[in-house]
Amino acid sequence: MKLIIAMIQPHKLTDVKRALFEAEVHKMTVTNALGCGQQKGYTETYRGVEEEVNLLKKIRLEIAVNEDFVKPTIDAIIKGARTGKIGDGKILVLNLEECIRIRTGESGGPAIG
Amino acid sequence: MSNKLILKFSKISILTFLVLLLPGSTAMAAEQSIKLADVARGLDTFWVLFAAFLVFFMQAGFGMVEAGFIRAKNTCNILTKNFLDYCMACLAFFMFGYAIMFGSGNAIFGAKGWFLQGATSGANVPLFAFWLFQAAFCGAAATIVAGGMAERMNFKAYMMYSFLISATVYPLVGHWVWGGGWLASLNFADFAGSTVVHLVGGSAALIGTIILGPRIGKFNRDGTPNVIAGHSIPLASLGVFILWFGWFGFNPGSTLGISNGDLIARVAINTNLAAASGAIIAMFTVWKQFGKPDLSMIMNGALAGLVAVTAPCAFVSPAAAILIGSVGGVLVVFGVWLLDRLHVDDPVGAFPVHGMNGIWGTLAIGLFGQKALGLANNGLFYGGGFTQLGIQALGALSVASFVIVTMGIVFKLIDVTIGLRVSRDEELKGLDIGEHGMESYAGFQIFVTE
Repeated sequence: MKLIIAMIQPHKLTDVKRALFEAEVHKMTVTNALGCGQQKGYTETYRGVEEEVNLLKKIRLEIAVNEDFVKPTIDAIIKGARTGKIGDGKILVLNLEECIRIRTGESGGPAIG
Repeated sequence: MSNKLILKFSKISILTFLVLLLPGSTAMAAEQSIKLADVARGLDTFWVLFAAFLVFFMQAGFGMVEAGFIRAKNTCNILTKNFLDYCMACLAFFMFGYAIMFGSGNAIFGAKGWFLQGATSGANVPLFAFWLFQAAFCGAAATIVAGGMAERMNFKAYMMYSFLISATVYPLVGHWVWGGGWLASLNFADFAGSTVVHLVGGSAALIGTIILGPRIGKFNRDGTPNVIAGHSIPLASLGVFILWFGWFGFNPGSTLGISNGDLIARVAINTNLAAASGAIIAMFTVWKQFGKPDLSMIMNGALAGLVAVTAPCAFVSPAAAILIGSVGGVLVVFGVWLLDRLHVDDPVGAFPVHGMNGIWGTLAIGLFGQKALGLANNGLFYGGGFTQLGIQALGALSVASFVIVTMGIVFKLIDVTIGLRVSRDEELKGLDIGEHGMESYAGFQIFVTE
């Protein structure tokens, strides 16, 4: 079992979701996040005073998958989120020790799927 | 307004009042009768200015409706546009608009009174009061377009557009209808501007949004529309209430004098009833069609009723006003649905509210209008046949096509010179950052996922 965490551009969420659904990945958690990477921020001005904004709005996507879904999930995220420009984001893959479905008490692979 | 009416008014109220105030001063009687006309003119001036202030306040209403119906990332941009189009309209209407609209000229355009030099008032109130009232109307026509073209139009292009429409297109149509132009001589009736203000603004919004194209993400690849929900229903409802309130200046103020109380009262009640019935019928329509009483559509329904009754409010009975507003409520729901099917992206429903109901209100005069209430001919339902209806249809059709063609050319010209639409990146990031470098809700985390 793996936990896939992806940071993507907010406006690519629709594309990523569509790509994930096509790959039959229907379960995900989405949160708003602020972050910075290689992408430069932008400048705001307020009443003539400049302000550098370098924490950018991002979407954080978390998906827990069984081994045979790791590659399709990663491919789908890339397919949906990639523009080729700085700021497209990153995908982190972590080992997942356990997963329990609260309703049934199932654990491991069946709980994820 | 005729002098007879002023005299009538004076006799009834002011004379009695002054005579009571000044008992025994018979020597001043002759002098008083001159001053009474001045008093009447002063009161008329107050009424027109007061109405002008109310119509000015409608800018706040338009601003809040449009801000509420779009996404948070573009709010600062739409409000800047609302501010600037009123300012641009004032200057343009001062420099050129008034001369074209009310200056003496021919049946197509007026050509006297540039920069108000040598201009004359179009009513029995001072020129400056009449100008301010008309300038506020001009600003209302200009601001309608901001909503239809919201969330993707270049700011510089918008400023140029708002100057041009206020200096040329709006005053031309105004001259035809209110400035003694060719529609006026045909007895075309538009009491407070369903055609002159709303159809002009609505048609310009329609052609503008067609040329701009839909917002990114509005339509799927298979053509089905997506919801791009407005970010603040409370702001939008405040805006609709402000507009409704301002409309009490827009329509009743168009009497341009207070001598005919019956007329003012009729206009006011008709305005109010049409808005109420428009809201209710829009609610039932959307409830039946889509399952829930959607507040955004109910509010559009109230505005639709208001727009529809703007032309006929002086010439119809309150019962007719309810019918006119109700039809407006159905039209607006159908119109919003239709634009989505035609892949025209009008974020706030500017065309269904102002364009479709501008046409409907104009035609309604030909159906429900009464000769007894000051119209040239009875409407169809009052035994007047198709005469007035035909004139109304000709007027609405000519104005809509004139505006669509001329504004189409204006928008195309702006597109090839300045560029009408912002870049894709800017549209995705939001026009607040892109155009103005500032956010509307600093300190809040506004996230953008579409």
